[in-house]
Amino acid sequence: MSISREDVLHVAKLARLALSEEEISLFTVQLGDILNHAAAACALDTEGVPPTAHPVPIAHLLREDEPRPSLARGLVLEEAPAVEADRFRVPRILDET
Amino acid sequence: MTAVITTAAGIARGVRSGEYPAARVLEEYLARIAAHEDRIGAFLLVAQERARAAAEAIDARVAAGEDPGLLAGVPLAVKDALCLAGLPTTAGSKILQGWHPPYTATAVARLEEAGAVVVGKTNLDEFAMGSSNENSAYKVCRNPRGLDRVPGGSSGGSAAAVAAGFASVAIGSDTGGSIRQPASLCGVVGMKPTYGRVSRYGLIAFASSLDQIGPLAGTVEDAALVYQSMAGADPMDATSIPGDLPDVLSGVKEGREAGIAGMRVALVTELCEMEGTDPTVARVFEETVKKLEKSGAVLVEVSVPSLVHALSAYYLIAPAECSSNLARFDGVRFGLREAGDDVEAMNRATREAGFGPEVKRRIMLGTYALSSGYIDAYYGKAQRIRTLVIRDLEAAFTQADVLLSPTSPTVAFPLGARTDDPMSMYISDICTIPANLAGIPALSLPCGTDDAGLPVGLQVMAPVLSESLLFRVACAAETLIGALPPVLL
Amino acid sequence: MSAVASDPCVDYEAVIGLEVHAELKTKTKMFCGCRNEFGAKPNTNVCPVCLGLPGALPVTNRKAIELAVRFGAAVDAKIGRAVFHRKNYFYPDMPKDFQITQYDEPINAGGKVEILDAGALHTIHLTRAHLEEDTGKSQHQGVSGRIHDATSTLIDYNRAGVPLLEIVSEPDIRTPDQAKQYVNELRAVLGFLDISDVKMEEGSMRVDANVSVRPVGAEAFGVKVEVKNMNSVRSLVRALTYEIERQTVVYREGGRIVQETRHWEEEDGRTHSMRSKEEAADYRYFPEPDLVPITLDQAWIEAISAEVPGVFPSRRAVQLAEQYGFDLDRVASVVYTPGLCDWVEAEIAIGADPLRSLNWASQEVMAHLNETGGEVAGLALSKGVFADLSSLIDDGTLSKKLAREVLTEVLVSGKSPRTVVSEKGLAQISDESELERIVAEVIGANPETIEKIRAGNKKVVGFLVGQVMKATKGAANPEAVHRLIDSRL
Repeated sequence: MSISREDVLHVAKLARLALSEEEISLFTVQLGDILNHAAAACALDTEGVPPTAHPVPIAHLLREDEPRPSLARGLVLEEAPAVEADRFRVPRILDET
Repeated sequence: MTAVITTAAGIARGVRSGEYPAARVLEEYLARIAAHEDRIGAFLLVAQERARAAAEAIDARVAAGEDPGLLAGVPLAVKDALCLAGLPTTAGSKILQGWHPPYTATAVARLEEAGAVVVGKTNLDEFAMGSSNENSAYKVCRNPRGLDRVPGGSSGGSAAAVAAGFASVAIGSDTGGSIRQPASLCGVVGMKPTYGRVSRYGLIAFASSLDQIGPLAGTVEDAALVYQSMAGADPMDATSIPGDLPDVLSGVKEGREAGIAGMRVALVTELCEMEGTDPTVARVFEETVKKLEKSGAVLVEVSVPSLVHALSAYYLIAPAECSSNLARFDGVRFGLREAGDDVEAMNRATREAGFGPEVKRRIMLGTYALSSGYIDAYYGKAQRIRTLVIRDLEAAFTQADVLLSPTSPTVAFPLGARTDDPMSMYISDICTIPANLAGIPALSLPCGTDDAGLPVGLQVMAPVLSESLLFRVACAAETLIGALPPVLL
Repeated sequence: MSAVASDPCVDYEAVIGLEVHAELKTKTKMFCGCRNEFGAKPNTNVCPVCLGLPGALPVTNRKAIELAVRFGAAVDAKIGRAVFHRKNYFYPDMPKDFQITQYDEPINAGGKVEILDAGALHTIHLTRAHLEEDTGKSQHQGVSGRIHDATSTLIDYNRAGVPLLEIVSEPDIRTPDQAKQYVNELRAVLGFLDISDVKMEEGSMRVDANVSVRPVGAEAFGVKVEVKNMNSVRSLVRALTYEIERQTVVYREGGRIVQETRHWEEEDGRTHSMRSKEEAADYRYFPEPDLVPITLDQAWIEAISAEVPGVFPSRRAVQLAEQYGFDLDRVASVVYTPGLCDWVEAEIAIGADPLRSLNWASQEVMAHLNETGGEVAGLALSKGVFADLSSLIDDGTLSKKLAREVLTEVLVSGKSPRTVVSEKGLAQISDESELERIVAEVIGANPETIEKIRAGNKKVVGFLVGQVMKATKGAANPEAVHRLIDSRL
């Protein structure tokens, strides 16, 4: 199980990381190593074994539909890198959802 | 200083009775921090003034005839992955430098309500990813029991703070061993509760289905006191376990007084006969087991075959969850922002500049494990292995009351020894990961040292929600072995 | 290959599937206690959870689950175990950079909606109706206010985390009119059951369409285009009509349709290709680790199902048309207005004339509601308005025309029809002999007044008329009274 440079570039794009050339080469090797280590596990026959997403089964906690205080806007916007007109400002968006 | 009281139980007793004012206790700790912290690097922030105000408030309550609680006046160090309103929280990352959370983690709030005095926020591997604390973006943390050694990680600062006597107790978070492994390496007690026993609200998430907050302390009883004060259902965490919290302090008392005669303790073959285990660790562990047997424990051996794959499963599940949890660090609402012409460029530049190499590596690995075409082979497979680990451990617990293993295959390793090879670092977690995958409670306590005085940890694992049993066995073991006092440099 | 051949003689038909997002009518957001309200000051309804601050965790709103189940029960969906997943993609209006939604186990699977089509019921099947959280609102800064030429974007997170029900139809819709009927049907059901405000203008209901065309008779679907940005039913119909024509022309001319997303622009009446992404989206769905699966209590589902009456307006219209011989189009104009049909049926039950009631409802009442912007529930009317009007026509008191005037006044004033008739003197006394008798009595009782009139003082005739009106409690026609008095004198 190896991972290609293209895979690394694709994943970096999905993860929004502007990796350096050096990191791209390093991760190509290191991720390959880690995945190689996992090869035996990934080859294990798990036919009929259900996946576990939560280790301790409990009932889904539901909250009553009662309002709770929100944060003071000043406190919220104080932490923002850029603010305009009481809103968070970001550079232009190129792709639409 | 003579006759320093360092146990939380002792401090709380003294403060509650009015014998030792919390303010005086605190000053002793602050003095040790002032004298020695620059050699250790346990803290990212020492909150002196806030702590002094808190201690005075405790003393005022005692003077007014009130009882401030189980942890009255106990100096507490908090891993900097937990939010505390009013103090900056960094998670050990540049991307959160200067961030002030507007809210407090449930666990921290409960400990403060129980009278604990927060002395500071401790150093950690960035976003709790690491086993040596060397991934901290801010500073090196050294092991108080060997200054050229790592304290372990990711809760390295919390373990070092307790070992150095900078705090009586501490809390950390444990995703794959991040409390127990540094506890083992620093010679303190560290405990990971059953998944869901302690609310995660306010803990900056690494891997949500594995993270648990737990105590680090000088003794088993102190760890139990901290656990008892912060555990229990929380309406803000939908994965917290509902219902009343059983009293574990009675388990501690039982362990001390009744010992573990007749209790079935199991050695886990896959964890005890592992390649790469330090011979000293193996020897100290064996001697400890003999002591337990001699005191009446029934020794059995169990095999948990799926544990062979636990490390691999963990290093797919944890990065997958982290890749999603860490998406929010995008430069829009808080923390660091690097300039970019458009929002995607800004996101990429911010994350590239703000995250360290280990965090990026895990985000990359996790994103890959979840990506189209690979999710079934990696993440899906790991989830199924997780099921096998849970089943195998359940089966093991039908043969034994608790499972034993070394906490870490080695003692504290030299700073820099494993930083070039991620896989060698990951292997540090091999004994601790199973408890996170299965959600079971587990505890590490010091059980001896090597010739250089570096501690070896004994790991005890118990079935889901059996914290009381876990503390009982740990306390019995501690009574036989003796606690390892703080270094007090 | 595409199922569509480029033959100018071929007739094409459209295949349409709709995705409707309805904001749920809850007091608070999906996963936190912030208010769910339209029009608040920017970034005031936000907290650590809906801002995606580090360490915050989601806790599900019970009401949102209940409203989703109510909808599922109404459309006869399979309601069962539901699992929240994370849909991972970066977008600045989404605080966590993942959306909590439902993936392979939605709360409602399948189901159907019946619409009126060419005078008969037509079934549109549903794929699913699942719960998810809304995003914040972006305001693009630039010359046009549109995203394409924006220099920056401002974000308000008040809407982030508002609960949404995403209702996905099967591609069962063939014409823009069917699409309109389907949306009207959904709006009525969601509104009647108090699930959503369904205001398309305020964005509390949003519709996206998947559109393809194929030669009539072909089984395979053509290439699908997603059309977005329709903010009224009218623009939905226009957008679909345009897009179907566009695709048909492309095929007729031998061209190819590419799978893409297109934006409807109201101003130029066209759909526009959006900047296409370099690669297909990879959302890396995985189960939300902070929320365990939802298993619903069967008894609870049944209790909610029992409260959901047969709410489909289309079905009701057909039933009423059959039962009373109504014209289907006229019934249809009544059934989509909340409460109106219930009112008509209640009046019929206590003796109102069915056809007259339907006409009053579809004309005077609808006109009044349109004029005032009010709702049926807001009309302060006593029971029996249509029944009273019916009997007033039957006993000859009112003509049909007068009855409509009375109803209009009743709707404005809230008075009963009989009160309006007497106050306005709208009644007509058809029995002249009865009126003559009263006139004779009044003349006999007022000899002095008669003298004055005979002496030339015509002004006091009014007094006599008033006496007659008083004696008839206003039910006499004043003109008739004048005429009778004149003929007597």
